[in-house]
Amino acid sequence: MVTINTLQWKIGGPAGLGIKTTGEMFARLCMHAGLHVFGYTEYPSLIRGGHNTYQAYVSEKKIRAQVHLVDVLIALNKETISLHLDELADQAAIIYDIDKVQVDDIDLKGKQLHFYPIPLTKCAKESGGSDVMMNNVALGATLAVLDYDIANLHALIEETFGKKGEKIVKINKDSAHCGYDFVKRNFPQDFHIKLRSIGTSNRILIAANEAMGMGAIAAGCKFYVAYPMTPTSSILHFMAEYGPKYGVLVRHAEDEIGVINQAVGAGYAGVRVMCATSGGGFSLMTEGYGLAAMTETPVVIVEGQRPGPATGLPTWTEQGDLRFVLHAHQGDFPRIVLAPGDTQEAFFLTAEAFNIAERYQTPVILLTDKHLGESHESTEPFEYTKITIDHGELISDETLTKETDYKRYQFTDSGISPRSLPGQAGGVYLANSDEHDEHGDSVEGADNRTRMVEKRMRKFTMLEKSLPKPTLYGPESADVTILSFGSTKGAIFDAIDILEQEKIPVNFLQVTFLSPFPTQAVKEVVTKAKKTLVVEGNYTGQFESLIREHCLTEVHEHLRRYDGRPFYALDIVTKVKEMAK
Amino acid sequence: MSVVKDFETEHFPTWCPGCGNFGIWVSMKQAIVNLGYAPHELVLVFGVGCSGNMSNFINVYGFHGLHGRPVPVAEGIRAANSGIKVLATGGDGDGYGEGLGHFIHTMRGNWDMTYVVHNNQVYGLTTGQTSPTSMKGFQTKSTPSGVVEVPVNPLALAITSGATFVARGFAGDAKHLTSLIEQGMRHKGFSFIDVLQPCVTFNRLNTYQWFTERVYKLEEKEGYDPKNKMMALEKTFEDWNKNIPTGVFYLEDKPSYEDNFAQLSKGPLVKNRVDTQLDVSPLMEDFR
Repeated sequence: MVTINTLQWKIGGPAGLGIKTTGEMFARLCMHAGLHVFGYTEYPSLIRGGHNTYQAYVSEKKIRAQVHLVDVLIALNKETISLHLDELADQAAIIYDIDKVQVDDIDLKGKQLHFYPIPLTKCAKESGGSDVMMNNVALGATLAVLDYDIANLHALIEETFGKKGEKIVKINKDSAHCGYDFVKRNFPQDFHIKLRSIGTSNRILIAANEAMGMGAIAAGCKFYVAYPMTPTSSILHFMAEYGPKYGVLVRHAEDEIGVINQAVGAGYAGVRVMCATSGGGFSLMTEGYGLAAMTETPVVIVEGQRPGPATGLPTWTEQGDLRFVLHAHQGDFPRIVLAPGDTQEAFFLTAEAFNIAERYQTPVILLTDKHLGESHESTEPFEYTKITIDHGELISDETLTKETDYKRYQFTDSGISPRSLPGQAGGVYLANSDEHDEHGDSVEGADNRTRMVEKRMRKFTMLEKSLPKPTLYGPESADVTILSFGSTKGAIFDAIDILEQEKIPVNFLQVTFLSPFPTQAVKEVVTKAKKTLVVEGNYTGQFESLIREHCLTEVHEHLRRYDGRPFYALDIVTKVKEMAK
Repeated sequence: MSVVKDFETEHFPTWCPGCGNFGIWVSMKQAIVNLGYAPHELVLVFGVGCSGNMSNFINVYGFHGLHGRPVPVAEGIRAANSGIKVLATGGDGDGYGEGLGHFIHTMRGNWDMTYVVHNNQVYGLTTGQTSPTSMKGFQTKSTPSGVVEVPVNPLALAITSGATFVARGFAGDAKHLTSLIEQGMRHKGFSFIDVLQPCVTFNRLNTYQWFTERVYKLEEKEGYDPKNKMMALEKTFEDWNKNIPTGVFYLEDKPSYEDNFAQLSKGPLVKNRVDTQLDVSPLMEDFR
């Protein structure tokens, strides 16, 4: 039986060989064929050596996560075959270097596989390229195996490398052709999976990190400051490349403490500012985070989680910082935490985070993780015109000239006070880390302290009231109701698709606002549900305990993982089936 | 034109009578007035310590931040509003202890701002512990047997880290200090002024009298050239038991951090705030 357009392709090899770039090329090639793609990468915290992979799951229907089984494996070294043997589907293809990899002594554990020994290095050299070009040879070979027109790859090469000049384009094309021809000549038999174009699509292939950068630019972010840290460094790279064209000043600061304090300074002076880090960097930022809250300064902070504690697993994923960001810094103040679950949400929630930050004059945290931030998803172009911009209660020059006693921290019913910006005549005030009166001056009186704490917390109550309800996906009534947040969304959606085919009705409540927590909405869903399952990537069930804390109710089951790997749809399917029995 | 009274608040300083902070406070206000700034035309960023308490005693756009962090906040303000005058001020514990990294990195960039450090060689607000500039052997509550470490040399650090205006003042000579702050504020780039500030309560060694017996002005020394980096550096190593140089140590003309970015050439970022979303469709083209 021949399968068309459903496959998972994977490339693996030592770091430093351009594996991610090649993976993205293949993913884009499939997207250009009108297909949906999810690209997932694994890599150790090394520059050279170590084992890197990129896998692209391709389908005609919408898919949102990687799967276990690999149909085509590009093995740039022998280790790749033994490391991923268990993932190989029956009848899978392995493309490898005929001159460098011996497969005779590998225990195939009884698997039926198709071997494609290709002169990867030789083709690369003959085309005038370096060793890295063997990726392209393998790409060419892939297309021959999948019986897909090489012209499509040539077009992509022109698009990708055109700027680098004709010579580079030619080397890329020639090396790809060499691999393609070799397969066509030596392996005439059909492979059981084929790639076919089903038309053109308008989609983009993007990771949430880039989507957040784009959302920030669209929302008028004017200062981006960060210190590199996996898995959010690519936001810095994106902003550094694209920000200046939109008037964004992008700064790689000396450390995360510098980052947050610079961000607070810029927010105080009146521009939209964003910074990003991971748990370790956010540990350094926590003092400045509270400073933003105390001085009522709008700042957007991205916390891209990776497994902790300490440096943990630097290049892997986890959702273990939820409780950390919900409680970071000393004392009480409005802690606002938003968690996007896919690239579309990453784009729009980032833009919305700026509005919330300015409207409520306080910092806002966007919680993501490595899996969300660095996995590629083919998605519809962002409808950026849907973004609105609300700077909140900024006081005008005119109003200030009439004001005889301007109070930056005026006690108001909403807790939000009219905000002046440095430079405005009549708006002079002190932004003060110490507890302060309505003017900002340090005072230690009990009455003022009580009123000021309550004023700040009223902003939280205001936001709580205006929260959008979390979305319940799927049927109103279901055998199992899944509750989750963040990057698990993709695998959960794919699991629901599979379960639907098996006639097991499942619905899914995705919580994007973790603080303020949508208590009523969650409580309603949990109370009505037949059986509830919480899926999350940490050991202690941090999200599950939030439900318990806010809703005073228990869920039935949970699925947790904390091995640095993302959830797979099948893990969820298995769990749901057990529960639905 | 503004007058000193415009910069007064309803709060009178809570510093100990005779504290060196008074001299810095007076000099700072006078320098601002001499340069013709109105209270809303500049931002003063404070660290935490006795110096930070000045935030309540001066009427300008103020930012009283965290211990050790006034300088990065000031950078952020300059990033957002390169059209406004920014001064940062803090103590020796604040700037040379907790915030030493920021101090050095900000100078590397030559950000256009003025940084005034109240250097009293002791922790005042926490009631008398050693500071990064305490002299070796100095006995405090936290070092009853005397400080083991040698003091940091902030002026040498400044000269070697990229600051383009490096000076030392004395809180006991307000007229001279006023002139230094004024020159620093006029200077384009990072101007740094370390101020010898006697702490009358917790530092019984480095007193007004102790300093008065030792300070001299570099500008009065024949042949001193503040544009000569090596000469400037040498002056930072003088033996304080004998002489303490004050005045402008080092001067250099160099583009400021802000000068490097085309984004800022169209005016301060805060003036380019947008009220409607920006068209990011060209960016999406790169992801097709």
